[in-house]
Amino acid sequence: MSMTRAAGVILAKELRTEFRSRELLGTTLVFVLIVIVLFSFTFNPTSAESRRFGPGLLWLAFLFAGSLMLQPSFLREQTNDTLAALRLAPIDPFSILAGKMAANFLFLLLVEVLLLPVFAVLYNTAILPVLPQLLLVLALGTVGLATTGTVFSAVASQARLRELLLPLLLLPVLAPVLIASTEATIGVLRDPSELSLVWMTFLASFDVVFLTAAWMVGEYLLEE
Amino acid sequence: METETQSRIPAGAAISLPSVLVVFLLLAAASYGALIWAPTEATMGMIQRIFYFHVASAWSGFIGFIMVFVGSVAYLRTRALKWDWLSVASAEVGVAFFTIVLVTGPIWAKPVWGIWWTWDARLTSSFLLWVLFVSYLILRTLVDEPERRAMVSAVFGIFAALDIPLVYFSIWWFRTQHPQPVIGDGGSLAPRMGWVLLLCWAATLGVLTLLIRIRYRLEALRSEVDGIRMNASRNS
Repeated sequence: MSMTRAAGVILAKELRTEFRSRELLGTTLVFVLIVIVLFSFTFNPTSAESRRFGPGLLWLAFLFAGSLMLQPSFLREQTNDTLAALRLAPIDPFSILAGKMAANFLFLLLVEVLLLPVFAVLYNTAILPVLPQLLLVLALGTVGLATTGTVFSAVASQARLRELLLPLLLLPVLAPVLIASTEATIGVLRDPSELSLVWMTFLASFDVVFLTAAWMVGEYLLEE
Repeated sequence: METETQSRIPAGAAISLPSVLVVFLLLAAASYGALIWAPTEATMGMIQRIFYFHVASAWSGFIGFIMVFVGSVAYLRTRALKWDWLSVASAEVGVAFFTIVLVTGPIWAKPVWGIWWTWDARLTSSFLLWVLFVSYLILRTLVDEPERRAMVSAVFGIFAALDIPLVYFSIWWFRTQHPQPVIGDGGSLAPRMGWVLLLCWAATLGVLTLLIRIRYRLEALRSEVDGIRMNASRNS
């Protein structure tokens, strides 16, 4: 089976598992809502201020959400040792990782897109006119988040204290993504809106670097 | 989980007395250079002398982190545990050097800038780098089985090392308020200051090498003890 097809099958399996229960998506959505509400107490979210701080805390909330949401990606497989079964399949080990990355990317993006209108209302920001640019920033940032997050989810699943470990590993590595996507989002929401080429290129490079790295280490990560 | 009886892996010779002496003399010379021989900087005064060990520690710590990357890649390719020992030794020593950087920096900054800490590009990236490799060391303590620990920490070590340039670029574009690098752009550093800096770097490199070798040997001996213990429990 070709790698893309195998990854597609894994992706379909991940989506099916999640949409049967929808527990991960629901819980993460509420979690990010809580974070956004709590942030509103740390400063006065008036219009002028929120345009400066809003994007940063939105991305911080996404990062927190990612570091919690990606946890079950490999943990789920441990309950019935289903990862061993996946490993037995005659497919490239990276396709397992790639399928999971794609699934996590879609989950995260879905959460983000669902939360955008809430954010826009609560922090009084007009997002509709700049929606395409905003989605592009979200997509590029989320690829980086999902790539590193999925790999580290596999790493943390093999350690003790894994719930605490994943944020510890993930958040410092994602600092460049936080900076770049926050800056890009600020640029998009600014009046007049502009899509920063520098930060978009930077996000794309981050994605390429870590996708390649994940592809290189994938086979080691999944072996027993 | 069957492991074949491990043949004895030479743990590396103990540190020889001459090499310790050489590093000790280098450190003494570097301290003399930094504290006495180098001219006092015109505007900052005496406090500037901390800069020699500050910068030299940063360079050496950096080399430690690069060696984590080398060890991690080599481990994944060869599966020889010695590369993992090199990685953990380098990471620990690198973190120690960056701790020196993060402590001496504010000591210098307080009288010169008037504040202990500012979130400028180089400070923030050094801080983040330190956090990255502290996370690496914490990850290692949370995995018990040696092969598994070597594998997951190699993966994280590679990712952390790849993150270094990205951290630097992103933070650099984000904010820059630090005095510009003094090496390589017209040389605003007096010649004697340059020599002292090089001497300090040589001394910290010596310390780096020595500490990594000691730590590597410790890790190798530990692994040997584990092997013996496992054999003993199997035979009893």
